Amino acid sequence: MTARLLELTRALGARIVNNWIWRLGFACRFLWLTLKGSGSSFARFHLTLREIYFAGVLSLVIILVSGLFVGMVLGLQGYDTLVRYGSSEALGVLVSLSLVRELGPVVAGLLFASRAGSAITAEIGLMKATEQLSAMEMMAVDPIARVVAPRFWGGVISMPLLAALFSAMGVFGGYLVGVRLIGVDEGSFWSQMQAAVDFRQDILNGFIKSFVFGVAVTWIAVFEGYDAPPTAEGVSGATTRTVVTSSLAILALDFVLTALMFRGL
Amino acid sequence: MPRIGSVRKVSPAAGGAAAGIWYNSRALSKLDSVAADNLVEIDNVEFRYDVRPVLKGIDMRFPRGKVISIMGLSGCGKTTTLRLIGGQLRPSGGTVRVAGEVVHELDQARLYALRRRMGMLFQFGALFTDLSVFDNVAFQLREHTALPDAMIRDLVLMKLNAVGLRGAHNMMPSELSGGMARRVALARSIALDPMLMLYDEPFTGLDPISLGVIGQLIRRLNDALGATSIVVTHDVAEALELVDYVYYMSEGKVEFQGTPDEVRAGRLPSLKQFVYGEPDGPVPFHYPAPDYRMDLFEQ
Repeated sequence: MTARLLELTRALGARIVNNWIWRLGFACRFLWLTLKGSGSSFARFHLTLREIYFAGVLSLVIILVSGLFVGMVLGLQGYDTLVRYGSSEALGVLVSLSLVRELGPVVAGLLFASRAGSAITAEIGLMKATEQLSAMEMMAVDPIARVVAPRFWGGVISMPLLAALFSAMGVFGGYLVGVRLIGVDEGSFWSQMQAAVDFRQDILNGFIKSFVFGVAVTWIAVFEGYDAPPTAEGVSGATTRTVVTSSLAILALDFVLTALMFRGL
Repeated sequence: MPRIGSVRKVSPAAGGAAAGIWYNSRALSKLDSVAADNLVEIDNVEFRYDVRPVLKGIDMRFPRGKVISIMGLSGCGKTTTLRLIGGQLRPSGGTVRVAGEVVHELDQARLYALRRRMGMLFQFGALFTDLSVFDNVAFQLREHTALPDAMIRDLVLMKLNAVGLRGAHNMMPSELSGGMARRVALARSIALDPMLMLYDEPFTGLDPISLGVIGQLIRRLNDALGATSIVVTHDVAEALELVDYVYYMSEGKVEFQGTPDEVRAGRLPSLKQFVYGEPDGPVPFHYPAPDYRMDLFEQ
């Protein structure tokens, strides 16, 4: 019985060390190497610009359309609740604060992880599987500096911009439903929003959140791609892990950041 | 490369690294005598993946200007040997020297400096799929030189012309056949006129015409560049027409070495089976299994 228990404990320990601690250490070292090799991403900015196009510009459709619908739903649900308390003019405040503080960074982050994060992982994983990264190394070109770092910075730069656009489209969606469809007073909608939304407390904190999510998602995406087993199954597994891990990381980080920013913990 | 005489088996009692290995004594002594002119030297190299031994103390010499093949069955350690020479792997024991430098003792900057003088052709080309043929060949020139665009263009077209694909410079890798992709990859690998060319299974999956073209290009480019070429392959017929010297590996050891003529005449049973493609022999047709009748009737 004791031997069996010892065996189970040993197996569990090995699993935790091999699957979690070892990989986390490797991921941290990988991030350090990425940051160290980032010089060329800025010295040859066209490499990063190309990645901003693939991660950011090509994600615009899903971000803008989702933002519009989320804003429209917020407008409908918000009006339904606010009208019970006779404060339907506060609809603009509700929509904008919900989007700028929470939904903008979080939903844009989740969409970014599934659209751009998975693409980054699949691309790097396939480059590894087809020996393109090895070929680069044999040509005396560091693949972390040439392939990983531009993608990392492309994602980090794109994410806050996408979150801002998501929030802007959401506010527009809320305006369409609240003002144009339901008939909330347009002046109250905009003026209350202007009075209640604080640049530092709300917009800057929302920007910081989306920046942190951008770092987390892109770091996970490039690491999973680089660490993927060089097979079809390996790349597919890595892509799935990117989406799952990124989504959980966004939600966990959101809680921590919200607690620090808005509750003063 | 020296002309090879008789082949004999060294008695295990003779000891040393040669124990138990079929090889040509005159060839080896000649190779040692030109040691100063060896571009690559592998001494008693061992390599393990985790605990599984892949290379078990191999010795090889690659004189400058020659095309030398490493042959053997899949899994015998020939690609591992190539990766050790390129510094992609570190040996568990022994030394690998390229141009007088111990590869696995170099830091990244010095290893990259050495690799700029090497070219490697991967099994399926490993072209960058997001770059055109032109940009693939220009890749190293842009990364490692400050040449003006006009000069890079001329150099790229010259390299592509050497492999017969100047007219394909605007195409994308997805538009190329397997043989064309291999030729573009070859043009890319010679962009900086390397002193050492490494070929990993260059003939795999090619039609007979492409296979002949790649074979000819390996020889012609080696002679034109004054380079040294190491060709890892199990395509016996093509390689024996092309190379100056052969190392035959089996189960992580060099079992035979000699000129192509000697390989054809080799009496080592596993080499004979390999060269003539015999289905059964020292490498058995059947994977080890329990008795056939017992397996069938045990129920």
